[in-house]
Amino acid sequence: MTIEVRNLVKTFGSFKALDGVDLKVESGELVALLGPSGSGKTTLLRIVAGLDWPDSGEVLINGEDALAQGARERHVGFVFQHYALFRHMTVFENVAFGLRVQPRAVRKDEAAIRTRVKELLDLVQLDWLADRYPSQLSGGQRQRIALARALAIEPRILLLDEPFGALDAKVRKELRKWLRSLHHEINVTSIFVTHDQEEALEVANRVVVMDKGRIEQIGSPGDVYESPASAFVHGFIGESIELPVQVEGGVIRLGDRPLRLAADGLAPGASKLFVRRHDMLVGPPGSGAFEGAVRHVRNFGPVQRAEVALSGGETIEIDAPRDKELRAGDTVGLEPRRYRIFAGA
Amino acid sequence: MSALAARRRTLPGFGLTMGLTLSWLSIIILIPLAGLFLKSLELSPEQFWNILSSRRTLNALRVSFGLAFAAACVNLVMGSIIVWALVRYRFPGRRLFDAIVDVPFALPTAVAGVALTALFAEKGWLGAPLAALGIKVAFTPVGIFVAMIFIGIPFVVRTVQPVLQDLDPEIEEAAGSLGASRWQTIIRVILPSLAPALLTGLALAFARAVGEYGSVIFIAGNLPNVSEIAPLLIVIRLSEFRYADATAIAVVMLVVSFVIIFAVNRLQRWAQSRIPAR
Repeated sequence: MTIEVRNLVKTFGSFKALDGVDLKVESGELVALLGPSGSGKTTLLRIVAGLDWPDSGEVLINGEDALAQGARERHVGFVFQHYALFRHMTVFENVAFGLRVQPRAVRKDEAAIRTRVKELLDLVQLDWLADRYPSQLSGGQRQRIALARALAIEPRILLLDEPFGALDAKVRKELRKWLRSLHHEINVTSIFVTHDQEEALEVANRVVVMDKGRIEQIGSPGDVYESPASAFVHGFIGESIELPVQVEGGVIRLGDRPLRLAADGLAPGASKLFVRRHDMLVGPPGSGAFEGAVRHVRNFGPVQRAEVALSGGETIEIDAPRDKELRAGDTVGLEPRRYRIFAGA
Repeated sequence: MSALAARRRTLPGFGLTMGLTLSWLSIIILIPLAGLFLKSLELSPEQFWNILSSRRTLNALRVSFGLAFAAACVNLVMGSIIVWALVRYRFPGRRLFDAIVDVPFALPTAVAGVALTALFAEKGWLGAPLAALGIKVAFTPVGIFVAMIFIGIPFVVRTVQPVLQDLDPEIEEAAGSLGASRWQTIIRVILPSLAPALLTGLALAFARAVGEYGSVIFIAGNLPNVSEIAPLLIVIRLSEFRYADATAIAVVMLVVSFVIIFAVNRLQRWAQSRIPAR
């Protein structure tokens, strides 16, 4: 099953939630819609599911016009951030719901429904909770039940709205891996929405980065991390140092100081310089494009993080290897191993 | 003292508030009701039975309880629809309608009775067209029914409204995306979630209607055995200085009401237990 949206526009009052979105998801893909809150990612997902309607544009599921159908006819599995389980039903009945409401002509008999629900509970590894009520489950268990419930109707596509957003960090990490392996197993075309870049990069085959109702970049997790297409993507994905610079006559200036960086092919004017924290190499004073004084050094994880006050006045944070000797008060030279410059203030 | 101090509760004031609760409930509710029972003891069991089994008493009780239950059922259905409209839709005048729901709470019941009687009398705005159809409302049991609906409606609306407001619209979307029709969503998802509140509303509307006096006597016609409610019969007995007779009927009303309210309460508990708190 493929999903295609064309030139989708949706406004809420004066707020433009979607501003001309085009996207094609191939069969069997697991795509992440990544963006800050208000970027339109949930609206896009809800429109694909039939829970919201666009002002204009097209939605095609498997080449058919989906906007002609309501949520009920689209045969789409939808998983909500806050689970939306039916509180008055047991776990078993929650999962069975989609099977029980089918039109009589195609409805399975009770034995077949039981078998199917059992299979799904096994799939999400929670068969032992069949007789509990949702309120008796942990958040992670609830979300897995919600997923089993959505899969019960054998949906053509699966849509997940911030599926792990309400869970604590450890459970999120477990469920991420689990979702990826589940997708591998059932291979249904899926889109999930998240504002957590790590989640998107770790789980999805392809990442769609959104901001202000527009798609900023579509690419593999490697692509969007290694070659961000815009200042927004660079700032949003991965931890970046962001410096306002001025490009003039082949020279890049930070404040009034020229930087020893190549300015070939850059449009003149106010721009932004982006460097990944770990791409800023520390050397002796006077050795790199920047110079600054170390303010603090904190040691944790595989790197040490240093706060450096540049001589231009800005303060940046860099990640240096643990074996590099850094102390507060040192003056250091900094050379960006890789950097990107985007025009615009 | 030290042992007491060691067992100090995290929430102080239990003794004081419990004492006040018990004394207040006693003064306001229990002692007057006990007096009622004591008064009825003046009657021998045989006399008591004779009063109760008289045709007029039985008919009055039947009219009171039967019509109150019917009115409560109508209020349950219509009240649910009103709640749905008030909670789920935004329309001009919504706040006004929301306020109007409370009018039967505040309006003196006699005023309501007079207004309903004027409206439903044979020459009234609604009474005339109904009379043309052959339906007489004022001065018949139907009039009692109408008055009981009037005074009961806010109880259903006000008990169900907060529960529906808390009901997450996402569960309806979930039901829809799982293939449920609108009707299936209402029957299988929304109503079961509202069931405890609906039962409470039903019980309150019923209790209010059983006890209603003021508005009913204006519209009822008060024909013995036909449109005479039990509270009116009690008042009649009192005016005849047959106090024991009055208290006997009162005791029966009390016991029957209590049993019904208690039963509904249990039913509501049971429904609630199926929806454990989130």
